[in-house]
Amino acid sequence: MSNNLRFKTSKFIDETYRVSFKFNNKTYFGFKGDTLASALLANGIHLVGRSFKYHRPRGIMTSGSEEPNAIIQLHDNSSRTEPNVRATEVEIYEGLVASSQNCWPSVNFDVGGINNLLSPILPAGFYYKTFMWPASFWEKYEYFIRKSAGLGKSPKVADPDIYEHNYIHCDVLVIGAGISGIMAAKMAAKNGFKTLLVDEKSYLGGSSIYDNSEFSKINNQLTSSWLEKEINEISKLENLEIKVRTSVAAYHGYNFLLARESLTDHLPINQRDNKVRHRLLKIRAKKVITATGSIERPLIFDNNDRPGILLSSAIKKYIDLYGVACGENNVLFTNNDTAYETAMSLIQRGIKINAIIDNREQVDSKICYEVEKNNIKIYKGFSVVDTYGYRRINKISIMKLSKDGQTVIGDKTKLNCDCLGLSGGWTPAVHLFTQSGGKLKFREEDQVFIPDVYPSDQISIGSCNGDFGLEEIVKNTLSSTKKFLNIDNSEYNTVEIISVLSQSKRNIWLLPSDKTIGKTKSFVDYQNDATSKDIKLALREGFRSIEHVKRYTTTGMGTDQGKLGNMHALGIISETAGTKMGEHGTTTFRPPYTPLTFGTIVGRNVGEFFDIFRRTPIHDWHVKNNAEFENVGQWKRAWYYPKENENMHQAVQRESKAARDSAGILDASTLGKIDIQGTDASEFLNRVYTNAWSKLAVGKCRYGLMLNEDGMVYDDGVTTRLGENHYIMTTTTGGAANVLGKLEDYLQTEWPELDVYLSSLTDHYATISVCGPNSKKIVSKVIPDLDFSDEKFPHMSFKNAKIGNIKCRIMRISFTGEQSYEINIQASFGKSVWEKCMDAGKDFNITPYGTETMHLLRAEKGFIIVGQDTDATLTPIDLQMDWIVSKKKYDFIGKRSLYRSDTIREDRKQLVGLLTENPEEVLEEGAQIVSDVKKSPIEMLGHVTSSYYSPNLKKSIALGVLKSGKNMLGQKLIIPMENKNINVIVADPVFLDKEGKRLNAKL
Amino acid sequence: MFLINCPFCGEREQSEFKAGGEAHIVRPKQPTELSDDEWAEYLFMRKNIKGVQFERWNHIHGCRKWFNMVRDTSNDQIKAVYKMGEKPPVK
Repeated sequence: MSNNLRFKTSKFIDETYRVSFKFNNKTYFGFKGDTLASALLANGIHLVGRSFKYHRPRGIMTSGSEEPNAIIQLHDNSSRTEPNVRATEVEIYEGLVASSQNCWPSVNFDVGGINNLLSPILPAGFYYKTFMWPASFWEKYEYFIRKSAGLGKSPKVADPDIYEHNYIHCDVLVIGAGISGIMAAKMAAKNGFKTLLVDEKSYLGGSSIYDNSEFSKINNQLTSSWLEKEINEISKLENLEIKVRTSVAAYHGYNFLLARESLTDHLPINQRDNKVRHRLLKIRAKKVITATGSIERPLIFDNNDRPGILLSSAIKKYIDLYGVACGENNVLFTNNDTAYETAMSLIQRGIKINAIIDNREQVDSKICYEVEKNNIKIYKGFSVVDTYGYRRINKISIMKLSKDGQTVIGDKTKLNCDCLGLSGGWTPAVHLFTQSGGKLKFREEDQVFIPDVYPSDQISIGSCNGDFGLEEIVKNTLSSTKKFLNIDNSEYNTVEIISVLSQSKRNIWLLPSDKTIGKTKSFVDYQNDATSKDIKLALREGFRSIEHVKRYTTTGMGTDQGKLGNMHALGIISETAGTKMGEHGTTTFRPPYTPLTFGTIVGRNVGEFFDIFRRTPIHDWHVKNNAEFENVGQWKRAWYYPKENENMHQAVQRESKAARDSAGILDASTLGKIDIQGTDASEFLNRVYTNAWSKLAVGKCRYGLMLNEDGMVYDDGVTTRLGENHYIMTTTTGGAANVLGKLEDYLQTEWPELDVYLSSLTDHYATISVCGPNSKKIVSKVIPDLDFSDEKFPHMSFKNAKIGNIKCRIMRISFTGEQSYEINIQASFGKSVWEKCMDAGKDFNITPYGTETMHLLRAEKGFIIVGQDTDATLTPIDLQMDWIVSKKKYDFIGKRSLYRSDTIREDRKQLVGLLTENPEEVLEEGAQIVSDVKKSPIEMLGHVTSSYYSPNLKKSIALGVLKSGKNMLGQKLIIPMENKNINVIVADPVFLDKEGKRLNAKL
Repeated sequence: MFLINCPFCGEREQSEFKAGGEAHIVRPKQPTELSDDEWAEYLFMRKNIKGVQFERWNHIHGCRKWFNMVRDTSNDQIKAVYKMGEKPPVK
C-alpha cells in the first residue's frame, strides 16, 4: 500500500512515537494517538471482520463507540483476551494483538461466506421457521446453531486484572465533553457547583476539537482554537473534575448513573500489573446535563456494507484528527450539508474526490458552492443504487431520483472509487435520556427524535437535543444551561458565531433501487445482517409492534444496539405500514450504552470477596481439626470431621453413633438468638407462636412453631423464659434475620401498643451443644458448681452459671433426642469453653459432629428442619404437629388460615416416614413418590425430603411429604429412579425412642 | 435507584431499604369471625396499581423502622413519606 495515506498535519498524533502492533498475525506500525482503526486505515486496511449471518466482508465504518462492523478480538488466547471490542475505540499501544472474528480460516477467505450465496433461503426468522420440526430434533440442531452463534471468543482463564467500584456525589454531572459539554461544565463549575465532566474518548472537545474549517468560527477564531483555550481554562478550575475514557453506561431514576472509567486499556500489557483496569463509578448527581452529541446516519441502499464504505463524518475525523486518508479516490453520498465539510477537509489536503452524490435537487449553501469551485462534480438529485468490489469497494452505480424519491429513473452511471462516505443526517444520542425515563418527541422537519419530558432534574444540550448547527449549539447551550443552573451572567453572552451550513435535508429512509427489493441487500443493522427486506418481510407476516419487529429481524440487537440503523428501521416500518413516524415510538434503549466487561460489573467481589461469609467463634478449631464446611445462609458451618481417610459417609456414621453411644459436641453458634423484653413479652409470644406461652415458668424452655399469616410453617426454635418479662428466642440459622424482621414488622405496624423490645444477639453468644448419655458428666466437669441432677435441672429448663468468672446460660434442650446441654457464653470465650468441653469429654470419647450428623440424628427422631422438610406449603397439621397448635388461643399469626377450605383438605401433602424394603438402600432426597409406575403420566404423590442411613437403627430411614400421607401408614409405594424402582413402606416419622426415654437415660 | 427520605434518618440510597407491599391494610382484630372470602381478601388481595400508590417500606439496613410512602408507580416519583400510624397525606 502506498504511504501517502498518512498526512503529517495532525497535532493529535505523535509521529515521533512509533507503535508496532499485530493484526491477524501480521505486524503493522502506527503512531501514539492512533486508534486501532486509524492505524489500520493508515496501513490501507479496511477489511477487518465478517458479518454475523452472511459472513460478508466488513470494514471500519465509523470512528467511535457506534461502530457496528469493526469489532475484533484483543489478545486472543491470553488471559486478557476480550471479544467484540470496537477497533474504533482501542487506543494502540506497543505489543497490541488484535484479530478478526467470525471468520475461518481467515478474514480474506472465509468458508462461512457461503451463507451470502444461500441468503435467499436465510430470511428473517429463519431459525424460528426452520428448526421447529420435528420438535425432538431441537437438541441436534442446537449443537450446530450454538457453534455458529456469537462473534468473538470468551476468555478461558481467570482475568488477571483488578476492577473496582467508586461512589461519586456531585452537584452537576456533565456527560460528554464536546463543545456544549465544555461550555456547560465551565458555567457550572464557575458558579459554585461541584461539577464532574466525563467523556468516553481519550481527549476533550468532541468533533469540534478538530474543526478547522474557515466556514464555522467562534469569535473570529477557528472553532478548534477557541475550544482549545476553553479546555485549557477549565482544566484549572478547582470545582471541576474531568474524567476521560469514561463511558456512562446507564442512567437510572433519581439521577443515579453508572459509568465505566477505563484506566489501563491504553497501556502496553506489561505496564498493567497491579493497576486498576476499570472503575465502575456509581454517580449520584443533583443535576445532570447530557451533552452526548449525535451519531451520523448511514444511507440505506443495495450493498451499502462493503469495506471502504464509511460515514462521511468518520472520514473527516480520520483525516483531521489522525491525519489518515481512508481512500485515494473518494466519493461522498449525502442528503445534507455534512458531507461537504468532509469534502473541504479532503480538498485541503489534496485528496481526490471523484464525485459527490447528493439526494437533494437544490444544493445552495455557501460550503457547497465552495466545494463545487474546486471542480468537484456534484450529482444533484441522484442516489447510489449499487456498489461493487468484494473485499473493498471499487465502483458504484448511480441513478437519478424521481421527484417523489420513490423510484430511480434514467441511465445508470458507474463511478470508480476506493472509499464511499455516507451522510444521512444526524441522530441525537438520546439513549441515556430515555434510560432515565425521559419521553421523546418526533421533529418532522428533519425526522429526529429529541428529548421532550424530563423525569428528573436534568437537561439535554447540544446536538443530542437536536441542535445541529454551530450557532444553535452555542446559543442554546448558553441559554439552557443558564436557566437550568439559575445563572444570570456568563462570559459566553457575547460569543459570536459564523456558520455557513444549511440544515436542509432530503430524508429517504430506504433509497429506491432499480431492482426488486427481493434482489437487494440494503443493510439496516450491519452487525446483525438485518436488511430492509427482512423488515418488510416481518411486516408482511403480520408483525406491527416495533418491539416484535426488532426481535423477529434482530434489528438493533447486536452489541452496538443498532446505534446506526435503528432510525431507518423505524422509518421503513412506518413507511411500509403507512403510519406516521413517532406513532410507533422507539424501541427501548437499555443499559449499558456500550458493553461493560463482567470484571467491571463485579468489581472487587471476586474470589474470597465474592460473598460475605460469617464464621463462628469456634471456626478456627474446626479448621484445625480437619472439618469440612458447608454454607448455611452466610455462615460457614462445620459439616463433618473426617478422620484419616474417612469419606463423608464414614465420618457421619461414626459421629452419629458416638453421639448416641456416649457423647457428641456441636457448634450451634449460628442459630439465631433474639432477646425479647418488655411487659408484654409473653403476650407477644402468644401472638407469634402457635402454642401458649403465658404459663411458661421462669427458667423453663419451650419449643415454638411460627407460621406465616397464610398458615404455612415459617420458622421454629426453642424460646427460654429468662425472667418475668424477658425471653430469649432461638431461630433457625438461615431464618434469623427474616424472623427478626417479621417480628419487628408486626410490633411496629400491627401491635404498636405492645411494650416489647427486640435485639439480635446471634453474634454475641457462642453456643456449644453437648449431647449423649454421658453429656451430663462432661458438663458437670466443666461447670462443677452447678447441680445438673434431673430433679434440679430437668429437660427443657435453663440455669445461669459461671465458667471461671464468665457468666453463661445453660439450656437443657435437645435436637437429637439425647440428653443434651447447650452452653451459651460470650462469643469471645466460645473457643476456650469448647476446648474445655473437649478436654472434659476425653474419657467419654466426646466426638465433635457437624451439621450432617445433626441432620441425621434429628431425622431418627422425626424432628423437622424448616426449609428442608417444609417448603412454605405445609401447615403444622400437614406436618402431623397438631399437638403444638393451641386450640384455646383466640388468635396467633396464621391461625385463621388453618381452617380455610384449602388447608383442611384431607388430601394435602403430609409429612411421613419412609422405610425402604431393602434396609441398605438409601433414598435420594428430592426423589418422587408414586404408587403406580405403569400409569402414564405417572401420578406424583409426593417426594423425599430427608434421607439417611441410620447407624443407630442399622437401616435406611427417610422423611417425605405425601398426599394423604397421614392415612397411608403401612402402605407400599414406589420411588422410581433412573435405573430401578425402589419399594418403600410408609411409616411413622419418629423412628427412634418415641417415648423420649433417652432424654433422661442414665448410663 | 431511588433516593428515599427515611422519616427517621433522612435521605438514603434505596439499597438500604426493603419494600413491604401495599400500606394501610389492617390486620383484622377478630380473624376467627371472618369467612374464608373475607380472610382471603385481607391475606391475598393487593391493588398494585399504575399511578399513585401507598406503600410500606422498611429502612432495613438503617434504623430498621417501617414507614409509609406515597409513590407514583408510573414514574417512580416519591410524593411523600410518613411514619406508621400517621394519617396519609391527601392525594
